[in-house]
Amino acid sequence: MAYEQRKISFLGSVDANPETKPFWDACAEGRLVLPRCKDTGKFIWYPRAISPWTLGPVEWVEVSGKGTIYTFSVMRGTPPYCIAYVELAEGPRMMTNIVDCDLSTVTIGQAVQVKFVPAEGGPPLPFFAPA
Amino acid sequence: MSLKGKAYIAGAWEHPTRKATDKSIALLHAECAKGALDDAGLTKDDVDGYFCAGDAPGLGPLSMVDYMNLKCRHVDSTDVGGSSYQVAVGHALESIAHGRCSVALITLAGRPRSEGQATGTATRAGNPAQPELQFEYPYGPATANMYAMCATRHMHEYGTTSEQLAWIKVAASHHAQHNPHAMLRNVVTVEDVVSSPLVASPLHRLDCCVISDGGGALVVTSPEVAKSLKRPLVKVIGVGESPKHQMGGAVDLVYSAARWSGPPAWEMAGIKPSDIKYASIYDSFTITVLMQLEDLGFCEKGQGGKFVADGNLISGTGRLPFNTDGGGLCSNHPANRGGITKIIEAVRQLRGEAHPAVQVKNCDLAIAHGTGGSLGTRHCGSTVILERE
Repeated sequence: MAYEQRKISFLGSVDANPETKPFWDACAEGRLVLPRCKDTGKFIWYPRAISPWTLGPVEWVEVSGKGTIYTFSVMRGTPPYCIAYVELAEGPRMMTNIVDCDLSTVTIGQAVQVKFVPAEGGPPLPFFAPA
Repeated sequence: MSLKGKAYIAGAWEHPTRKATDKSIALLHAECAKGALDDAGLTKDDVDGYFCAGDAPGLGPLSMVDYMNLKCRHVDSTDVGGSSYQVAVGHALESIAHGRCSVALITLAGRPRSEGQATGTATRAGNPAQPELQFEYPYGPATANMYAMCATRHMHEYGTTSEQLAWIKVAASHHAQHNPHAMLRNVVTVEDVVSSPLVASPLHRLDCCVISDGGGALVVTSPEVAKSLKRPLVKVIGVGESPKHQMGGAVDLVYSAARWSGPPAWEMAGIKPSDIKYASIYDSFTITVLMQLEDLGFCEKGQGGKFVADGNLISGTGRLPFNTDGGGLCSNHPANRGGITKIIEAVRQLRGEAHPAVQVKNCDLAIAHGTGGSLGTRHCGSTVILERE
């Protein structure tokens, strides 16, 4: 099954939630930056400017972009796409799509690497391809 | 103060329609209200509490109390999707116990079928102020692939198979054949389910519920009101509600919020899963049923596949008769919210008013569990345990 990239749309604008600007700015530069709780040192997904562990402050830290597939589903359609949760090397599990591969070969536990894909209406967004 | 037994379900009614091209959503709500009040032997003027959720048009409960011209001293519009109606029974129980109302009306209605919603497969945009949405929408989350990701992971961790999931649809279809209002009345086999087209791997078309118009309503009353009526007494003996979400990134998709909403309900009721004679279990997809059965304690975690296989959920032959109206999988999923029909069928079973072919003998204890929202991201679990008095 040859891979076909579907069109990706950003929702709203990067200004919709000013707190997430550091994340979008990094995406524009092709870097994956996540908030980390200053109290516990734990990385957070999805991005927000307050810690879901302590409601304390966060700092924005670049991560490796490496991870493994926690789970996935191939949505049938034209073209089909593979939605997934990827467990980042730094801990959190984030929703994404697996791209640039035969979708019938995707498996749980597979090593993946972030790849920024252009999105209409916003910065490129983090997708993941087999490492 | 224990709330056990402080309220009864005196009226329950499911709209027979599955396609309502000629009715408004408000009218469907009101027809359901009339049906449930007639069933109880009450009138609209007896209602002093009204409960609805996000399917009701307008601002919270305001448009509907206006439309139906109700005079209420208590309203509640907690919206947690398809599980809202179990939550409403719990909140009605509390409100009645605390004297804030004595006749609580709960309504649900909608017409996604007439409106042509691609309920399961479309990615729905929303208000970007919803804090997670910009990090999810671009990836194409739809209802089907969110539940499918739970199934993929459950299969990986516990060895659950598509054939085991299929047994859930098979059982629902065995029941639906007796329901003249059910959308899908043909009995299907495991082979039929697993050979139907994949919608979102590993879920097939027949792993999914129907899309239907319609609705339902319940009348929850104080013990005094219930005992003044002529209907069999169905007592609310246990309730629980709890949301589950992404936990800051510690996503775990192999269990549902039933793990948290179940224990307080069992504790209040003072019974255990093996005491239950009939179970209404939310069935947006086959995997939803399997996970909730495990999380409510009907079997050990991970053993749901074995538990549901070989007809164990079929009334008359299996150990745990479930969704004897055909459920959302075969009969009805009005407004894309199946919570209220779960409670209605449990009431029918406890009254002995289910179809004779699926009526559980000596049915004195039943559970009706709902899941609302998305199992793959954030959802609410809500549990109601009922006893025939």
